[in-house]
Amino acid sequence: MNNIVEKRREPLSDTKLLMTITISIFIVMYLLAMGLLGGGFLHPQQIFDMLNDNASLIIVSCGLTIVMIGGGIDISVGAVTSLVVMSCVLYLNNGGNIFVAVLLALGIGLAFGLVHGYLISYLEIQPFIVTLAGMFFARGMTTILSVNPQKVTHEGFAALRDIKIEISWLGYTAKNGNLVPARMELGVVIAFICVIAVFILLKYLRLGRCFYAMGGNQQSALMLGINVKRTRFISYVLSGCLSGISGFVFMMHTGAGNATNAAGMEMNAIAAAIIGGTLLTGGVGNVIGTFFGVMTLTTIKKIVVSSGLNDPWWQNITTGGMLCFFILLQSVVLSRRNGKKK
Amino acid sequence: MNEDVLLTMRHIEKRFPGVLALNNVDFTLRKGEIHALMGENGAGKSTLIKILTGVYQMDGGEVTIEGQPVVIHSPQDAQNSGISTVYQEITLCPNLTVAENMFIGREDSAWIRQKEYEKRADEILEKLGIPTRGVTQLGRCSLAIQQMVAIARAVDMKCKVLILDEPTSSLDDKEVNMLFKLMRDLKAEGVGIIFVTHFLEQVYEVSDRITVLRNGELVGEYPVEELPQVQLVSKMLGENLIEELPEVQTETKMIGTDQDGVSAVGEMIREEIKKNSDVFYEAESLSSNQALPFDFKIRKGEVNGFTGLLGSGRSESVRAIFGADKVTGGTVKIKGEQVKINRPIDAMKHGIGYLAEDRKRDGIIADLSVRENIILALQVMNGFFKPISRSESEAFADEYIKVLNIKTASRETPVGSLSGGNQQKVILARWLLTHPDYLILDEPTRGIDIGTKWEIQKLVLKLAEDGVSVTFISSEIEEMLRTCSRLIVMRDRHVVGELKGDDLNQAQVMKTIAGGEA
Amino acid sequence: MDTKKKFNLSLGQLTIPIIAILILVVFNLIRDPSFFSIGITQNNDGNSVLSGNLITVINGASELAILAMGMTLVTAACGGQDISVGAAAAIAGSAFVKILKSGDSISVGTVILAFLFACVVAMIFGAFNGTLVAVFKIQPMIATLILYTCGRSIAYWINGGATPTVQSSIITAIGGFIPGIPVPTPVLIVVIVAIIFKLVFHFTSLEILTQSVGINGSAARLNGINSTFIKLLSFIVLGVCVAVAGCIGVSRLGLINHETLLIDIEMDTILAVAIGGNNLGGGKFKISGSIIGAYVIQMLTITLYAMKVSSTDVKAYKAIVIILLVVIGSPVVKAKFEKLMTKLRSGKAKETVKGAE
Repeated sequence: MNNIVEKRREPLSDTKLLMTITISIFIVMYLLAMGLLGGGFLHPQQIFDMLNDNASLIIVSCGLTIVMIGGGIDISVGAVTSLVVMSCVLYLNNGGNIFVAVLLALGIGLAFGLVHGYLISYLEIQPFIVTLAGMFFARGMTTILSVNPQKVTHEGFAALRDIKIEISWLGYTAKNGNLVPARMELGVVIAFICVIAVFILLKYLRLGRCFYAMGGNQQSALMLGINVKRTRFISYVLSGCLSGISGFVFMMHTGAGNATNAAGMEMNAIAAAIIGGTLLTGGVGNVIGTFFGVMTLTTIKKIVVSSGLNDPWWQNITTGGMLCFFILLQSVVLSRRNGKKK
Repeated sequence: MNEDVLLTMRHIEKRFPGVLALNNVDFTLRKGEIHALMGENGAGKSTLIKILTGVYQMDGGEVTIEGQPVVIHSPQDAQNSGISTVYQEITLCPNLTVAENMFIGREDSAWIRQKEYEKRADEILEKLGIPTRGVTQLGRCSLAIQQMVAIARAVDMKCKVLILDEPTSSLDDKEVNMLFKLMRDLKAEGVGIIFVTHFLEQVYEVSDRITVLRNGELVGEYPVEELPQVQLVSKMLGENLIEELPEVQTETKMIGTDQDGVSAVGEMIREEIKKNSDVFYEAESLSSNQALPFDFKIRKGEVNGFTGLLGSGRSESVRAIFGADKVTGGTVKIKGEQVKINRPIDAMKHGIGYLAEDRKRDGIIADLSVRENIILALQVMNGFFKPISRSESEAFADEYIKVLNIKTASRETPVGSLSGGNQQKVILARWLLTHPDYLILDEPTRGIDIGTKWEIQKLVLKLAEDGVSVTFISSEIEEMLRTCSRLIVMRDRHVVGELKGDDLNQAQVMKTIAGGEA
Repeated sequence: MDTKKKFNLSLGQLTIPIIAILILVVFNLIRDPSFFSIGITQNNDGNSVLSGNLITVINGASELAILAMGMTLVTAACGGQDISVGAAAAIAGSAFVKILKSGDSISVGTVILAFLFACVVAMIFGAFNGTLVAVFKIQPMIATLILYTCGRSIAYWINGGATPTVQSSIITAIGGFIPGIPVPTPVLIVVIVAIIFKLVFHFTSLEILTQSVGINGSAARLNGINSTFIKLLSFIVLGVCVAVAGCIGVSRLGLINHETLLIDIEMDTILAVAIGGNNLGGGKFKISGSIIGAYVIQMLTITLYAMKVSSTDVKAYKAIVIILLVVIGSPVVKAKFEKLMTKLRSGKAKETVKGAE
């Protein structure tokens, strides 16, 4: 028995164990890529490119992580992102101002979050169906707004979009002798802020603990005096808001609205969260893991491309294989751990 | 009464549709006392506790704490009144740390001061002598520790009344001792503890007072010194045989001649079996991950019983026979031939049927109709490609609805909407339809009306007459005496005796259940 | 109280889908009765065939109906859904085309062979999903996410990245009309699949075993049911449905496009199961409910088309209808509604008592 617990080192918690596995695999994979493939992987810009391309994915994954830790699912995130992009583009092109556009983005996300949260926690409808309907609605509304791609013509926005944070000491010298600094988009900063905010929420706020408790054992959470319905409601509202922010960041990256924006983003986000060690059963997960989940997914795709396997199908097959690997790994690791206890 | 009284419950009444679950029950808890609440299934202990914790609302009576009347509408109200409960199933979150579990839901600010909580948790744990630390993930602690963490949480919430609802049922001896030490420490601090358990020895080890309930009524409150084990058992099981041990024999005889002559048949069968009959099933040091090794055999046409209080291991043993839990060792012979029974289907193929103890969880398929529930086991045995046709299944269902007198609107009614007794009959029908050679009935009479109980007992004897071996388990000794020709008595997960012939009387059974002394 | 329960049961789980389809019919009757006109026209091949909105609905819902049948079984046994059916159908379709293109000419034999090959391929992928769910105990949605992610890429790989067209009168007949029969062939295939399901339920004990596993896994185990096998089997059966749907999809267009074949159909399929009154958490099921559910979805889509809603916008309206349906069906809403009704009734009763006084 545990009589001699005194100063024994604590084993890692499930959350930390799964996250550690993911981060290690990411680092090993990246180092291997640097060693074997060289090229782009040797430049820090590679990482910044990955971040620039995936800022909005990182943001929605944060929201999804919150929902999944609470034991739910939100598959509307990609569609909401797309709707936000289209709405903001049209609003800006009709002479709106940027500040209001930001509010619009947040408002749309919030509205989706509120409706999802209400239907799921207070009317007790299955989250999959509710957010599926949310996804249909958002996609449909996007095409109702405009079927054709819309480019932002708003000048103020263009200025905002073109802000790049240049980090010269991470740059490299191009063939023509010019120094090319590493470039990072504003969206990445926003993404980092989101990751840190969600990290703080989950780790240091009472609310965050309630998400874990609710996902760990809903009945227990109730007995421990947590308002489970309200907590669940808030988790969907947060996910909705983050989808709104993600939409704005997406627009800053592409500068255009298109009905097919962010297609399949929800599944990428779920995959990222799973790879990052979040369990769909709830109660286990971490937003830092999710961040590395996104990076791992992206790195695999980059490696596949750099290996000369240019066909797009290779990317998806390796992603699928990776996902399969992680899911099985988690299943085995956790069942062995739980088995040991008995 | 006096200042020491912490909690009183007076004239508590609780009705459920069709049942009076608690009838004019009184309960008193004093400061610094461990008070055992005893009773078999359906006695009303858990109802009483749920009223105290705000899960149920009482229909009549009053509750006072330290002389002040209190109204408890929710678990929160209970906590605010200083009543904390630690349930048998852990109601903490396994994915959080010990410290988090102790402080969640009652933090005073929106921020979590993890380090501070861990420090405070460590202090409390050390004070209470609980060997774990605040940073440990709860799910990685043993069940005993988890239970103690729940107690620590309750203690830290300044509870006056601590309810422990079967805290020891999944702990080993060492863990139980740790828990008892904790209980005594708390008692010394003036906390009143209500202790619910099925283990008699434990009651005598830690309790100061015992309150016994039976069938929703108060039997009495006794200081522990004044109530020897055998009397406690008889109070729980409902036969008042204090001081009258010699006369019990005749009493049994009287039962033997009562209505329907059920026992007379039983007597006949007992005689017959003694003569000659071959062994149908034989197990040697059979064990599962739930049951300790035991030997067992049953003859063709014999009715025997496993008896003992709840948690004594009687259900776990028969589950091992049926292969319901993971079988870990032992040899099994059926009709003298060695066989392997690892899964329920193996047992079924060898002609064994098993009516599970927990009807809701392990018995009925609630949404399916009476007809489908009846044919299920036969269907499984027939195999995948030999479905029972609609007309055939209807005929089976109609037959058994009639034979067992199942009261249902139609054979297509979902079984979940039937009353408990009729659900039980449906499951009985399911097994009878497979024409088993050996039928294990684990608490077939639990929670059902008297009439149905009688019907089931008669049925058991009739089956035995037809040459079916039956193992019958019931919390009511009387029922077992009426039906069984041999009783295997279990206590604390061990077989402690086997009674047959003249030893089959209430006094002897209770003595054996309660333990040698007394 | 008792009589009320019985009343609900007699209508059963088909209440919602039947009401939904009735509402759609009435709505269309009011809007434009000609919606229901069915005519006979000559198609390009010179066959006289049935035409009209209703035929479009019934024909268009074929793949959905077939997938919904299989999905119902998976839902019932596993309490979760397979989100990879669209991708798996693309794989099956590609396998189908691969065999068709392997020979010089396409005979009936080749088509049958190709179909069988597609079935085997789809069953293998179904077994893959099933193993993850039944053996490794991974939630169905997560387990099938793998194939969802890479399925269409596997389909792409089967035919070497091309989108080969198949020109054969047999294929056209499968996707369109068999000469001499005015009913679209996919509709006939749905009928055949439904009959096969009926026969399977008749000649095996699949139905009762699946329901038992889905409703009460613990009791099912104690009755000797091998739930791992049942779950695996449900995925394999869905695999066959996927193959059939994939082949119909390919035959309609006469080509395989791995990117667009039955795209997004997984969501519609799950929806059809839910509208059919089946509990997405598993348990009791009715295949017929899911089939009606599929036609409800298609009917809704075609109605919206008829109202000049563009194909891309349909989703938004669909979402509103879905939410309305699930909100009406939600137990919480039902309980609240019943409470309100009893309140109203008792209020009325009191009033009448008062009046009597």
